[in-house]
Amino acid sequence: MTVAMHYPHEAEVIERCQESPTIFSLVLRLMDPMVASEYRFTPGQFNMLYLFGVGEIPISIVSDPARPGELIHTIRDVGRVSHGFSQLGVGDRIGLRGPYGRGWPLEQMEGRDVMIVTGGLGCAPVVSVINYILQRRERYGRLVILQGVKHSSDLIWRERYAEWERQNNTQVLLAADVGGEPWPGVIGPITMLFEYARFNPQATVTMMCGPERMIHAAADVLIERGSRSEDIWISMERNMQCAVGQCGHCQFGASFVCRNGPVYHYPDASELLAKRGF
Amino acid sequence: MECCFPVLPALHRLFTWLAGLGFVPIYSMTDPTWAVYIITDQMPDDVTSGFLPGQDFAQLLAALTGQGYRCVGPTVRDGALVYDTLQGVRDLPAGVHIQQSPGSYRVEFSQGKRLFGWANGPQALKPLLFAPREVLWQAQRTAGGELHFSQEIPEPLPTAVIGVRACDLAALELQDRHFLETDVPDAGYGARRRQLFLVAVNCTRPAETCFCASTGDGPAVSRGYDLVLDELDEGFIIRSGSTSGDGILDLLTLQPVSPQQLGAATDATVRAAAMQGRQLPGRNLRDLLFGNLDHPHWEVVAARCLSCGNCTSVCPTCFCYRELDQPALGGESSRHYREWDSCFTQGHSYIHGFTVRPDTRLRYRQWLTHKLGGWHDQYGRSGCVGCGRCIAWCPVGIDITEEVGAIAASPA
Repeated sequence: MTVAMHYPHEAEVIERCQESPTIFSLVLRLMDPMVASEYRFTPGQFNMLYLFGVGEIPISIVSDPARPGELIHTIRDVGRVSHGFSQLGVGDRIGLRGPYGRGWPLEQMEGRDVMIVTGGLGCAPVVSVINYILQRRERYGRLVILQGVKHSSDLIWRERYAEWERQNNTQVLLAADVGGEPWPGVIGPITMLFEYARFNPQATVTMMCGPERMIHAAADVLIERGSRSEDIWISMERNMQCAVGQCGHCQFGASFVCRNGPVYHYPDASELLAKRGF
Repeated sequence: MECCFPVLPALHRLFTWLAGLGFVPIYSMTDPTWAVYIITDQMPDDVTSGFLPGQDFAQLLAALTGQGYRCVGPTVRDGALVYDTLQGVRDLPAGVHIQQSPGSYRVEFSQGKRLFGWANGPQALKPLLFAPREVLWQAQRTAGGELHFSQEIPEPLPTAVIGVRACDLAALELQDRHFLETDVPDAGYGARRRQLFLVAVNCTRPAETCFCASTGDGPAVSRGYDLVLDELDEGFIIRSGSTSGDGILDLLTLQPVSPQQLGAATDATVRAAAMQGRQLPGRNLRDLLFGNLDHPHWEVVAARCLSCGNCTSVCPTCFCYRELDQPALGGESSRHYREWDSCFTQGHSYIHGFTVRPDTRLRYRQWLTHKLGGWHDQYGRSGCVGCGRCIAWCPVGIDITEEVGAIAASPA
């Protein structure tokens, strides 16, 4: 099922794409044919990517699990390792180990309506879900995508949102705390979007990622509108170094985010979610 | 044989009297039942126990060395008892006593002959298995920019540790659970663990900081050892707890254990439990602590805590480590290390521009709610074994039993 949990394997950058001034995507290919043939993942899982001589960071896999030969990682240039990755080009080699953690239970959700709620720039873990569902459109009911950003200029992949919106039985809603240039969405917090979302709370499963306070607030609104807590799944982030539940950095209550998450069933995480210090 | 005696004085007198007559009542903590064993003058034919006169202790070290073990044991260095390779019995701390109190650890020397008349040093077994710093893997880069990775798995020598305490065995069981009982067992820890031979000793002289009786982990050893010793003035009762232990006992010239000796050994551990003045307010404090996340006492502790991480370093169950790269100067290779980390550091909870626990109140609360709360869900019991090291080695003398006690005394 998984290969190389303790140390990386060589991977090559086969494509690089600048998504915004600070966000870029690397498409990676595992070099060892044996490793590549055994590598499988589910949306929501992550890899540890290693920059030679510098270190490792956890990055979600946004590509389709049906194409494990082209692993897409969307990265924000924010620290030492991610900045190094931003300088790479096609043909450069890095290390990759994974996949780690629990992904979204997408097979379990088949036949149901799906809502995606994502805030800020943390949309990578759910972009893989949106792509996954659109590739298998007949297996799922209605698809509602709610995206919130701080500033309207923060939104990346605008053309993708426009394309998603044109899909059958799909609704896309955007919100920005601060508006700028012509903005196709509302100005205000993401929770405002539930006013405009056309969905049946009992028939819908919701997947969320982004700032924890946003997730918490959005879950409250959803539950108030009749969604069941058990129909909500969230993806979390913490400092991760080993990715196998041993180094202790991603401790969240009585769980390790790298192992028991990053995707959590909302009832399992709600108690400590957005509680300062956890 | 599992034995851990409650400390009621009347029962204590009864046990001592019974033992003197050759009857030894046994109470098993793991399987709460009583049984009375009759001790005969002759030891049974099997060699699972016997008496080793004090002057013959070198026999034990010789037997272990002969079987290929490196003997590691407590020795005094830099004002503390630390584990080091033993050249002989003379390296063991004969006559040494340790005074421990909040923020204080003092070695005292006496004319006594006992080797184990002290509670513990700053180290448990942890550094012998979970190395403070080690290479996990290495990356090589060719001139063409290709990368090759190789895992580093240590090849440790068989090691026998002399003088292991009940609290340390309980902690070892927890670290085994963390590092090995998972679908991704830790290679370095596992390699060292498989080479370990444990000579435990029942505690007879707890420190003022000890509270293992209240966590249920001591002072008597109940499981997880190869050999266990009861130290008496004239020598040691030695028992085996494993087939490797049986193999070593076979090599020793032992005398039968007298009922008086057994009685004295029992008496000593019962007294060691009774001597402990500290205790935690319960075995499972998860609901208490998670139910009091906003208790004002967290602020009181934070005002004293230096966030130095001494407590997590000496704690025998704390397992956090950070990973870091150290490239070679030539640029052709890089070693990926791990080294002990602490949840009291700024970097521990750092995530792309944000620190989850920026202040000491949140860090101390994280440590305690995890150690005494979250562990129950993750590892089936509390993460505290009552060794008291975090109390003695805290530079400002913060006492875990007092801090939890304060919250328990006025819960929300």
